[in-house]
Amino acid sequence: MEREPEISIRIFSDPHLLATVRGAVDGLAKCIGFHDKSRALLTLAIDEALTNVIRHGYGNQINGMIWLHMWRSADPRGLRIIIEDLGKATDPSKIKGRELDDVRPGGLGVHIIKETMNESAWEPRPSGGMRLTLAKWLNAEELAASYPASSNPEQSNS
Amino acid sequence: MNTPLVIKSSTVDGTTVLAPQSEIDMSRAPTMRDAIKSALAAKPTKLVIDMSVVDYVDSSGIATLVEALKWTREAKVALALAGLRPRVKTLLEITKLSAMFTTRTTVEDACKV
Repeated sequence: MEREPEISIRIFSDPHLLATVRGAVDGLAKCIGFHDKSRALLTLAIDEALTNVIRHGYGNQINGMIWLHMWRSADPRGLRIIIEDLGKATDPSKIKGRELDDVRPGGLGVHIIKETMNESAWEPRPSGGMRLTLAKWLNAEELAASYPASSNPEQSNS
Repeated sequence: MNTPLVIKSSTVDGTTVLAPQSEIDMSRAPTMRDAIKSALAAKPTKLVIDMSVVDYVDSSGIATLVEALKWTREAKVALALAGLRPRVKTLLEITKLSAMFTTRTTVEDACKV
């Protein structure tokens, strides 16, 4: 990402801090023009991504570092996010949501992220840990409501 | 910081109603799980989870509800969710779990399941 992030948050890998991050993501998403349902899904996806870092990257240790960087995107209109950590790296090819027919607890986070976001990509960081790049675009209704001059129905996916 | 999850509990005529009073996320799901286990240990005939003030659930919370489903099936206890808010309904839908649960609009209706 060439531009400096418009919002950067550094948090410890403590689940008790997740609600604060959800608030920040929701606030920025509202500014961009995401409607309530999209914001609910977006904050959920970010929450799931952070939960996965805490659980799998840091093994539920609460003193790991997580960085969340956010940018407003103009073309397409929406939100870009990068989440980075210094936890245990995972082979991106092994990051998969479970089959939803298999009704059991766990494994839902990745499915929720992929279902909710327009773009999601995991990669190991060269200096250790993982980087997750996410993007979500405004749908046609949101685009028309917030940016009528640039409204493009083909941008919508949800 | 998150405040601890408070769960109201009541039992009338063999039906136990658990009513979590805030969001159920990774930090609060263990409390919900313990409450469900404790409720089932008392061998109710029905378990109703009143979700009417819960406006956010993450996958940890969903996982807890799935566990409740498994435990109640094993114990042959009826389970119903009452008063699901739109955001929680949406999450159950995108995880394709909504059909697995018996849901009712009100606790009163859920107690009749």
